[in-house]
Parts: sequence; C-alpha cells; structure tokens
Amino acid sequence: MSPATLLESLGMVLQVQVLLAILGGAVYGLFIGALPGLTATMATALLVPLTFYMAPLPAIALIVSSTAMAITAGDIPGALLRIPGTPASAAYTEESYAMTRRGDAVRALSIGFFFSALGGLIGAGALLVTGPLLARVSLNFSSFEFFWLAVLGLLACALVSGSNPVKGGVSLVLGVLVSTVGLDITTGQPRFTFGSLELMGGVSFIPVMIGMFAFSEILRGLSAKDDTPRPGDGDGDRPADTRSQRPFQGIWGLFRRYPLSVLRGTSLGASLGALPGVGGDLAAWIAYGVSARFSKTPERFGKGHEEGLIEATSANNAGLSSAWIPALVFGIPGDAVTAIAVGVLYMKGVAPGPRLFAENPTMPTAIILCFFVANLLLFPLGYVAIRAARLVLAVPRNVIVPMILICCFLGSFAINNTLFGVAIMLVAGLAGYLMERNGFPIAPVILGLVLGPVLESNFIMSMQIARGDLAGFFDRPVSAVLGVFVIAVIALTILSRIRKALRPGRADRPDTSYIQ
Amino acid sequence: MIHEGMSRGRRALCLAGIALAATAGPALADWPEKAVTVIVPWSAGGGTDATARAVASELEEKFGQPFNVVNRTGGGGLVGHSAIAQAPADGYTLGVITIESTMFQAQGLPGVTPADYTYIGRFNADPIAINIAADAGYDDAEGLIETVRADPGAVAASGANRGGLSHLAWIGLLDKLDIDPAAATWVASDGSAPALQQLASGAIDVVSTSPAEAQSLVDAGEARTVALISSERSALYPDLPTTTEIFGTDWSPLPFRGLAAPKGVPEDIVGKVETALKEITEDPDFQAFMASRGFSVAYQDAATFEATVTSSSEGLAAAMTSAGLAQ
Repeated sequence: MSPATLLESLGMVLQVQVLLAILGGAVYGLFIGALPGLTATMATALLVPLTFYMAPLPAIALIVSSTAMAITAGDIPGALLRIPGTPASAAYTEESYAMTRRGDAVRALSIGFFFSALGGLIGAGALLVTGPLLARVSLNFSSFEFFWLAVLGLLACALVSGSNPVKGGVSLVLGVLVSTVGLDITTGQPRFTFGSLELMGGVSFIPVMIGMFAFSEILRGLSAKDDTPRPGDGDGDRPADTRSQRPFQGIWGLFRRYPLSVLRGTSLGASLGALPGVGGDLAAWIAYGVSARFSKTPERFGKGHEEGLIEATSANNAGLSSAWIPALVFGIPGDAVTAIAVGVLYMKGVAPGPRLFAENPTMPTAIILCFFVANLLLFPLGYVAIRAARLVLAVPRNVIVPMILICCFLGSFAINNTLFGVAIMLVAGLAGYLMERNGFPIAPVILGLVLGPVLESNFIMSMQIARGDLAGFFDRPVSAVLGVFVIAVIALTILSRIRKALRPGRADRPDTSYIQ
Repeated sequence: MIHEGMSRGRRALCLAGIALAATAGPALADWPEKAVTVIVPWSAGGGTDATARAVASELEEKFGQPFNVVNRTGGGGLVGHSAIAQAPADGYTLGVITIESTMFQAQGLPGVTPADYTYIGRFNADPIAINIAADAGYDDAEGLIETVRADPGAVAASGANRGGLSHLAWIGLLDKLDIDPAAATWVASDGSAPALQQLASGAIDVVSTSPAEAQSLVDAGEARTVALISSERSALYPDLPTTTEIFGTDWSPLPFRGLAAPKGVPEDIVGKVETALKEITEDPDFQAFMASRGFSVAYQDAATFEATVTSSSEGLAAAMTSAGLAQ
C-alpha cells in the first residue's frame, strides 16, 4: 500500500456522490437494522436494484455502509426488546438486556454503538495494512481447520451459559439437534421432516431467535406477576431509565478501564472474520467467551456487565470489514452480504480477484476506506438513534407489547416469505419460555443452531477427503495445532472439574471459567 | 448522481407504462393489472438471483407493473421449485427454474416434477468446467483422468451436494470414460464457494463448476481451468477445450436458467412473457450485463425449453442410476 494509492483512494471516497451514498446507506441501514427481525442481508438484497443506476464505488459504498449500520443497529432491539438482530448479537443480547432492565438502556446502547464503531475503525485500519496477506492466510484454511474452529466456538457455550454449564450444554445440544432438520447436504436425504416440504428447507435461526428471545419474554410478562422492571414499565411509578444519561456519557472511562478487551475483541474479530463462511458469526461468541475467561470479575457476566459487551461488540464490527477480504482477493464470498456485493462488483465491471489489487489497487483501498467513513458515521447516527430509543422505553407496556408481537410476526414471516417461519417462531417462543422457567439458558440454542451445520458439513467434508481416517484431522499443520489446542482445553476443563470434586471445600466458588 | 439515476429509472418505467397503456388494446390490457411475483429458488446474491433480478427489472419496464423477486430457498432448491409449481395459475406468480428441477424426482424427493410447470423460455445456459489446483502434478485434463484411473478414490472432487449437478457432471464424465463413478471420492459441499476454498487450501483436487466462478482463483494463480464438460465450446471462453474434443465422450450436462409458471397458466399470458423474454435477451444492455458476470445469453422459446428440460431430465436420471444415486 503506497501513500500515493492511499491518497488517490481517499480522493475517490471524498466525492459528493460517494459520501451521499454512504450517508444514505447508513440511514437506511439504521432503519432496517433497528426493526426487529429484519436482517442486514435483507437490507443489502433490497439495495441491489438501486445499484444498477449507480457508479461502481458509490454502489459498493451504499452496500458497505448499510451493512455496517444495519448490523450495529441490530443491537438496539436486542438491548431494548431482547430481539437480537444477528446470530452474532445473540451472544451478548442477555447482557445488554440485563442492563436495560436495570435502567441502564442508554449505557448499553452507547457501549454498542461506540465500541462497534471503534472496533470497525481499528479493523478497517488493520485491513489497509494486512489485507492481501490476510487473504492469503485465510485461503490455507480447509474444512479440517474449520471443523476445529467450530468446536472451539461450541466450547464458548460453556462461558455464555452462566452459572450452570450442564444446563447450558443441554441447550447447546438442543440447538445442534434442531439444526439437523432438513435435507442432509451429503446425501440429500430428508431428516426429521415428517414429509413436510417446508421442513426440508431446514429450520432457519432467525425465527427461532425471535421466538426464543422476544416471544418468550412476552409470554413471561403475561404469565408472571414478576415485578422486575423491564422496558415499558416507564408508565408506572418508576421511570424505566432512572439514570437518564446522555448518549455516550462515561464511555471514554470504560475504554480506559478495559483497553485490553477492545484490543482482544478487535484482533479476534479481524482475524476470524477473514475466514469465509464461519468467521463473522463465530467472532462475537468467542470474544465474549474469552472476555469471561480473562475477566477479573467473571461472576458478573450475564448480569449486565460491560466488559463482555465491549469485547464482543467490537469483535462483531471488526470482523465485518475483514469478511470482504477473501471476497475481494479471491472472489470467495463468506456470507450472503459479501456474495451480493461480489455480484454488484461484477455487474459494474470490477471483477474481484488478485488482478484487482495488482492492476487497480485504488478500488479495494477505497472500499476499505468506505468502511472507515461508515464506522465514523456510527457516532453521530448512534447518538440520534439512542436519543430516539429512549422514546421506545417511554412507551407504555400495553402499547409496546402488541408492537413487539407484530415485529415478531413480521420478522419471522419475512425470512422466507412464508407463514411457516411464523409457526417456527411461535413454537420456539413456547420452548424458550419453558426452558427459561426451568433454568436452561437460551443463547446456547442459537449458537448450536448456527454452528451445527458448520460443524457437520466440515466434519463430513473432511472425512470424505481423508477417506474415513480420523487421523486426517491432524495431518495438516494448522489443523493439528488447532486440534491439539481444542483437546487440551477440553482435557484441562475435565481435569479441573475432577480436582474440584476431590477437594469439595473449594468447590463453592462460582465457576464460570471453562476454558483453562 | 444517485438520485438522478434513480429518477431516470423511474421515468423509464413510467414511460414504458404510458406507452403500454397507449398502444395496448383492451384485450391485452387484462394482464398484468397488478404486481407479479417472481420466485427464485436460490438465495439472494447468487448467480440465479442476479440474473432473475435483471430479467424482472426488464419485464417491469415492458409491462409497467412491478415484478417482485422473492427468494424462497432451502432443500437444495426443492422448496422454491415446489412453491412455483404450487402457486395459483393466474399468471401473477412466475418463477426462475434451474436444472435441479429435473433431478428431484430421480432423487426420490417428493414435491415437484418437470411436468408440473408451464414453460415460458430459457435465458441462460452455461457449461460446467473442470478446475484443478495450480500445483497439481498434472496440468491438463488427460493428466487428471490418468491419475483418477490409477486410483479413483485418491482424487477428491467437489462443487455441490452429493447428487447435485456439479457431482453428476463429474461422475457422468467418469462413467463415460469407464471409470467406476462409485469409487470416485466426492466431497459434498454447500455450493462452489466452499469447494473452491478447499481447492485453494490444497485439501481437494478437482472442483467442477462454471469457469466464471473459478475465474478469480485462476487469476490468482491458485487454480487452473482445464476443460468444459460439454460438447461445444463456450463463446465466453473460446480457448477452453471440451471433454468431447479431448476424450471423444458424448456427455454435455448444461445447467440452465429459465422462466416458468405453474401448470395451467393461460396461453396468452405465456405468449406475452415469452415474447418479452425474447426481446430482453436481444437487448444489448442485458447481454452486456450477462457477459460482465460471465453468464452467456442462451434464449430458447417455450416449446424448445420444454424439450430441453425433458431430455436433460432423462439424461441426468440415467447418470444418477449408473452412479447408484437414483431412488
């Protein structure tokens, strides 16, 4: 990356139409993301016809900024209404919602926007320097390595399931089991479909997520004379947001208190994000788990503690920009959003590939700079969004509950335009309600549902390549290192459990540190 | 600029609408009087989706009504393909079908058969190519096939699910070359992107997918496209030899994308869309768009399209039977 290229790319980005596209995309993304159940993928797909009429860079800038904003804004319904916007944000929805219930909604949202933007900025900065190199490294990852990473992601479950890892494990396995419904990709055999055509398409995690988190919460509110304050209680004697802070107040202090969390989250996000297909969703979960492991106060996790929230949310946005690297360098899109973006690039006569970096390095650099600008926009737009979000908290409960319900229905319908999604949402909501009443955490279900197919398909692919020889998982150097690491983590966890069981006097300490 | 572009598009649409209203007689004005849904059985952002959206936006201009693309994904295309066939046959639900629609029956999957559609026209067909790793011990199709012949299980190929078209193209070729398809190693993957990642990481040896999808990796010096599994060369890749030239085989599985509707849609509606589709495929803008994505434009009218689908369905069923995949 020569300074001349950087300067030239900066000149390209600082044109009126590019900046307008970024601003327009950001405002649009903010709306879509803040609507519970509508996803960044949907936001991007809807933009495609618009890009037909635009020059290449504004077209891509539009997609870049709307995605960055939609994913960050997805944390708003997560924090306020307990409806996570993306599978990644499900990792820390409990945490931010716990803060909202405590009356700290503004603080939770401020952390979300500030550290997302910071993570995004640092991530994009790192990409400017390491982009093509990172792509080269990510290309060496095969199904063997992806399998171990997926196992590592599942282990993060122990860390997000709070005080009862056994019940967390049960939830996780339930999620993995549900993910096996549908046509098996290896043989095309229908599994657990009971002859239903809709079930052959599998159970999508969006309606499950909406149902388990949001619908179950409504059920709980209806069934229990629970006096814990939650959003919508603001019409009573007690204001919902007792501390009535200004957006971003006291955030700088948090940054100074947890600089290591930001650094770890960002580097985890940026490196895992570059792995096509698995990175983006995994990064936030692993970051949250790592944060809990290295925290001085792990017992506060899951109860509205800032630390894990900071680390996971910065990982989330840092991973966002690096997901574009394999797509730009090798034309291998890692997720639906980058797949759409690759399509738009082709359409504009900008074929992704190494030649793009060699012959026209200003274009990829300009795209990364668009991430920069979009993440900068998160600060002012976040400020406005947080101010507006406080209005949501002031809405009386008897108004907001029907609205959440409508959002639940809309979001789960929109995922595949069928009522089937709504049915899934209702069933998941009922299941989530029953699970929570009995102390089973629900976040691990989402983790299992998202990682189940990754785990299975990469395991099967690897076994087919190794012709059924399990030693194949240790044949490749990177895979062997990852494998040994994962096995060591599991073995040490079991060992420490046994040690504690043998010394019952010390077992009373709340045990949340599972990765040793 | 953006707003200018947008309003230009809208203006064109309005003009098209006005033109249609002015020229069309009362008999023609009955369809479409409201928005038409176009079901795409594959996810947003993929090749089928991109071409479907391009076709839909052109149809929108021609008919002056919105043509809304709806992605109905899942089950290897089965969910969306069934949704097209089961929609009301009133002309307000059309769909883009792909070659997978001809294979569900032989795979033993219930829901949809080629007989469940009214065919409107094909707009695209691209051959599948053999792509190998750049550091393989051979550099052409002959070398590859020799290696496979020596030990069919040692050469791992991928590109789609087991029984997917990419798989059938590869084992169909092996079958024609008297190599036992059941002995070859097929790595089931969720499409060509993960398969190409596996190829680049050195975990597998062959990816059978369209040359356009492998282009970036080929440019990067990580992969090499050695031949098209086809009987005729592609206009977009005139230098790529075909397997028919190299081995004298007669095996040409051609993935297609075309418009179809539920069985029983009135003939005059089919005729209108068929004519419009023909005009779209002759439009230089559309052709330029398709070429920019590495897709060829290959129009077939309703009758020819139906015949192509029928013969492809039979050929693939035979290939699946020989590989022991048919149910």
